[in-house]
Amino acid sequence: MSPADDTPAPVSKVAPSAAPGEAGSLPRDAMRPRGLAGPPPVMVKLERFEGPLDLLLHLIKRDEIDIYDIPIAHITQQYLAYLELMRSFDLEVAGEFLVMAATLMRIKAKMLLPLPAVGEEEEEGDPREELVQRLVEYRQFKEAAGTLKLREDERRLLFERGLLPSEDEAGPLPLAPATLFDLLDALNRVLSRTPRVTVYEVQGEVYDLDEKLSLIARTVAEEGRVRFATLLERCQTRAEMIVTFIALLELVKSGTVAVVQDETFGDISLVARAPEESETHAPAQP
Amino acid sequence: MPPRNLEAALEALLFSSDQPLSLALLGESLEAPLDEVAHALKTLEAGYASRQAGVELREIAGGYLLVTAAEHAEWVGRLLRGKKKMRLSRAALETMAIIAYKQPVTKSEVEAIRGVDSSAVLGTLLERNLVTIRGRSKVVGRPLLYGTTQEFLDYFGLRDLSELPRPEELRALVAAREPEQLEMLEVMAEVGSGLPVGESAHEVEPLPAGTGDGAIADEPLGD
Repeated sequence: MSPADDTPAPVSKVAPSAAPGEAGSLPRDAMRPRGLAGPPPVMVKLERFEGPLDLLLHLIKRDEIDIYDIPIAHITQQYLAYLELMRSFDLEVAGEFLVMAATLMRIKAKMLLPLPAVGEEEEEGDPREELVQRLVEYRQFKEAAGTLKLREDERRLLFERGLLPSEDEAGPLPLAPATLFDLLDALNRVLSRTPRVTVYEVQGEVYDLDEKLSLIARTVAEEGRVRFATLLERCQTRAEMIVTFIALLELVKSGTVAVVQDETFGDISLVARAPEESETHAPAQP
Repeated sequence: MPPRNLEAALEALLFSSDQPLSLALLGESLEAPLDEVAHALKTLEAGYASRQAGVELREIAGGYLLVTAAEHAEWVGRLLRGKKKMRLSRAALETMAIIAYKQPVTKSEVEAIRGVDSSAVLGTLLERNLVTIRGRSKVVGRPLLYGTTQEFLDYFGLRDLSELPRPEELRALVAAREPEQLEMLEVMAEVGSGLPVGESAHEVEPLPAGTGDGAIADEPLGD
């Protein structure tokens, strides 16, 4: 047994299976373990109380206590246990809750004391009376708040003129309550809308001048006469055209190929030249 | 000279306004006797209801207001893009209720009933113009007194303050909620409401006639 197990504060043990001890009965409805079986962290839902009176009313209702005959010892114990519970979850306990704790303990003490001797002036009534009155009154206003809430809900369904903002002042859409699934949907939509990134893999088209030289020479040799335009039209890219042209110039220079033009502004053609004639740059002999 | 078609003229006035228009103001604007205006209002209202129109005539905050019918709220709401005012928190509703029933009331009186500090909540209500300062109390320290506004009636769709449940009705509602008082509820259901409920020494004070048209139930409350 570890020393911690001996501490008489079962409320701080949040395990739902806590033995129903004195204060152990408290977490019964205050704590709702959620989640699946197994050893996940215990989820605790603490009801949020508007104040000490609200909490007292909750305890009274939960334990089915007659508000006009409150077992003060019991309710004090339950109340303190609840404060202890709040503390154990590091919730800040507002000062008002502590004041009420003191009030409860004072009433409890008064009720334990023997009644004042007969003949004494002070005729004290039930020490609980003031608290009961406060509780009854508060409960009525809680009820009134509830009816106001209903009226609010009804009224919100009715729209008068002038509520509609103009397009200009409408501004951005307000934040709507969204679930995790809404978010996932949104993500999916965005993902599907994103244009597929088209990657063009650019291959450096390297045209080899020597290759072109032999290609042109071969073409001209095979076909005898090749139109200059045809030669360039076979090229795929601008770069290829340039390389082809350079190769052509080289061939003309070396005398492998001769360039002929039959008429002014006519087609330019390439013709093969005999190797032995390669020493002249002159056009083909007539 | 009242308009030839009083009902149509009335409809035109109501349509033009985003505020509840009082009977007096309508009568004055139309140069028509109030009973005729009231009659025309009834006819107009019945007309909307019978043909299930998209709008309805409501009596709110001491006046008449043309509003969209509740059944179309969802569609209008969409058009508004959720641009409706924030709902009041539970704390604000509680404080609002206390002020409505106890006005004029001081902050410390509100806090005494709620058992918690209510400054922030009161600030919110003042900011939203649901509550206003009515003056100062004569008690020591001359604390400010708070009361409800026309906006309060409008916000909760109340004709006037008398439309709030009366204290005994509240007690009946409370009784209906409390398990240990179920028998009492049954008795009440048999006899009907209006019975004095409970034997509490405490009475919620009757509503003051400060706001609305003063149509307050003046039924004497036992103590």
